[in-house]
Amino acid sequence: MANLTLVQAVNDALKTAMRTDPSVLVFGEDVGPKGGVFLATDGLTKEFGEERCFDTPLSEDGIVGAAIGMAVNGLKPVCEIQFQDFIFPAFDQIVSEAAKLRYRSGGQYTAPMVIRTPYGGGIRGGLYHSQSGEAYFCHTPGLKVVIPSTPHDAKGLLLASIDDPDPVLFLEPKALYRAVKGEVPEGKYKVDLSTLRTVREGKSVTVFCYGAMVPVVQKAAEQAAEKGIETLIIDLRTLLPLDEEGVLDAAKMTGRVVVVHEAPRFCGFGAEISALIAENAIEYMEAPIARVTGFDTPFPNTLEHHYMPDDRRVLDAIEHVYNY
Amino acid sequence: MTATELLSVIEPDGAINGYDPKLSDAELMHCYATMLRVRAFDDTCMKLQRSGRIGFSIPNKGVEATQVGAASALKLTDWIFPSYRDFGMALYHGVSPIEMMHNMFGDALDAAKGRQMPVHFSFVQPIKFFSISSPIGTHIIQAVGTAYAIKQKKEPHVVLASFGDGGTSSLGFHSGMNFAAVWKAPVVFLCQNNQWAISCPSDKQTASESYAIKAKAYGMPGVLVDGNDLLAVRKATMEAVERARKGGGPTLIEAKTFRMGGHSTSDDPSRYVPKELFAEWEKKDPILRFEKFLKKRKLWNDSTRAAIYDAAMVDVDKAAKTAEATPRPALETIFSDVYADVPAHIRKQGQASFDLARRKGDASAGDGAFPL
Repeated sequence: MANLTLVQAVNDALKTAMRTDPSVLVFGEDVGPKGGVFLATDGLTKEFGEERCFDTPLSEDGIVGAAIGMAVNGLKPVCEIQFQDFIFPAFDQIVSEAAKLRYRSGGQYTAPMVIRTPYGGGIRGGLYHSQSGEAYFCHTPGLKVVIPSTPHDAKGLLLASIDDPDPVLFLEPKALYRAVKGEVPEGKYKVDLSTLRTVREGKSVTVFCYGAMVPVVQKAAEQAAEKGIETLIIDLRTLLPLDEEGVLDAAKMTGRVVVVHEAPRFCGFGAEISALIAENAIEYMEAPIARVTGFDTPFPNTLEHHYMPDDRRVLDAIEHVYNY
Repeated sequence: MTATELLSVIEPDGAINGYDPKLSDAELMHCYATMLRVRAFDDTCMKLQRSGRIGFSIPNKGVEATQVGAASALKLTDWIFPSYRDFGMALYHGVSPIEMMHNMFGDALDAAKGRQMPVHFSFVQPIKFFSISSPIGTHIIQAVGTAYAIKQKKEPHVVLASFGDGGTSSLGFHSGMNFAAVWKAPVVFLCQNNQWAISCPSDKQTASESYAIKAKAYGMPGVLVDGNDLLAVRKATMEAVERARKGGGPTLIEAKTFRMGGHSTSDDPSRYVPKELFAEWEKKDPILRFEKFLKKRKLWNDSTRAAIYDAAMVDVDKAAKTAEATPRPALETIFSDVYADVPAHIRKQGQASFDLARRKGDASAGDGAFPL
């Protein structure tokens, strides 16, 4: 066991995968000798050489498109998009190509690959270094969308993603890169995709969240506990394919549900959770489902702390559904 | 060979002035027969589409020499990343008309299980003919990734990425050319300049002197060849393939040709292609051109074409009848192959769809139960 930050756990996962599987290779912008702008790939070029960890031309379309071709020919690419905000030139390659290749070729060609990218706000990054674009990708059959919130899960989920036979978009909460630390087992272990994590047990209100919102919800839950409200916190971890049964079970346990994400609300992932519960468990609900989300505006710079859900807003919503 | 002067091999009288194509008589006849088989497949598909038996087709008339000349430079262990107007390459390497017809009809034996539009082929045998996508240019950079993997694995293979003149304006062309040159990847880019991107002529696509000249800025050789001259295309492709195999990196070949028909069966080229252009290029028909060469070699006489074409038509017609009689894909094919395993939510949707079909009595044969 080592006590690692989340970004160190990502780095540990990459090294572990590259040591155990010679077909794994890492590439992207500045991921080589520099080690990535967040140092997620620190030391990889040194240990594994430029053939297995290297810088590419500055082209997200190129990075993902090339990764598909490599995967088709038996390599296991783990490419990095420097910020999730820059991923959109590669949207076509992800949505129309990687995600559809198995289907459109009747399984003759597949693209098992991982696209890692830091997402989310909280670093004063403004419009283009802060976005949470998960909903765009969750609308894509054939793709898996994974978001860790702890160092342990970051390593275990990333190793599971690298071993997965399908393309995985691995969204890393950059606000947590160095803000959380935890015990991380050494060597290879996997956290199964499409499984939920119970962060905190509680019988009063269920809160669904993921990524950088998990610690925010934990903070709100502590304050709620002081008021006698016991919060069940579920970290979704894999948004697609979602463990729908697990979500419904957790919703039914309290009958009072809050969904929290920092992405904009309209057509956000919270809408899917709300609809899932409304369609399948409405008779268990004691209160309307509440969403605490980013606003339906672009992401602001100076006032980002007002834009991102914080413990105040989450606590408000918890109290609202509890007292309904 | 240059990026702006058209390379030709076959002279108007059929002479090739000392060029050695390094093909046996049988191989030369295979090139010729493949072009006729492409035409037979096209002619049949046009009739099938016009009579409503298939929904769509992409004709190849005029560009057969480019496809076959380029394909002839590849080995079966090489890879083809094709556009949707490239199936002559698959035919050349031994894909059979029946495999193609299953795709045209989207039936249960189609490799893509009826999920794609007609002409969006995908084959892994006898050569890797990569699954075709409709968006333009996306496969160009993918081909480069595959070529990178070849280099990484130290395999002696090459990748041919084929696209049209319109494809040179795409994101994938730019990233593909750039990455390939930086990586010295074993890939050959074949731009089939048939002069029309659906209805848009080349002056709407580029202000460059040629498409081939774009190679210079990326740092690779660019070659302009006469795309209606099978041996010119072969010569340029052979040279590019050999360079790539030896670690010399990528090449861009522009094969100048002409699409002697519509973009697809849904298109009417008389709305935008001047009539005189058709007349002009009819005389440059790549099959006529190759016949002159074969005649000079005494491999061809006045009855050769009809014999080969008629036999090809019999094959294609038989394939069409077989495909038409093949059941459509089972309902479960909607839900499988999205992921390696069927996730719970898709399984649930599939089950609901089967149950409804069964309740309404319209579940057709083969839809079956759900064990995916």
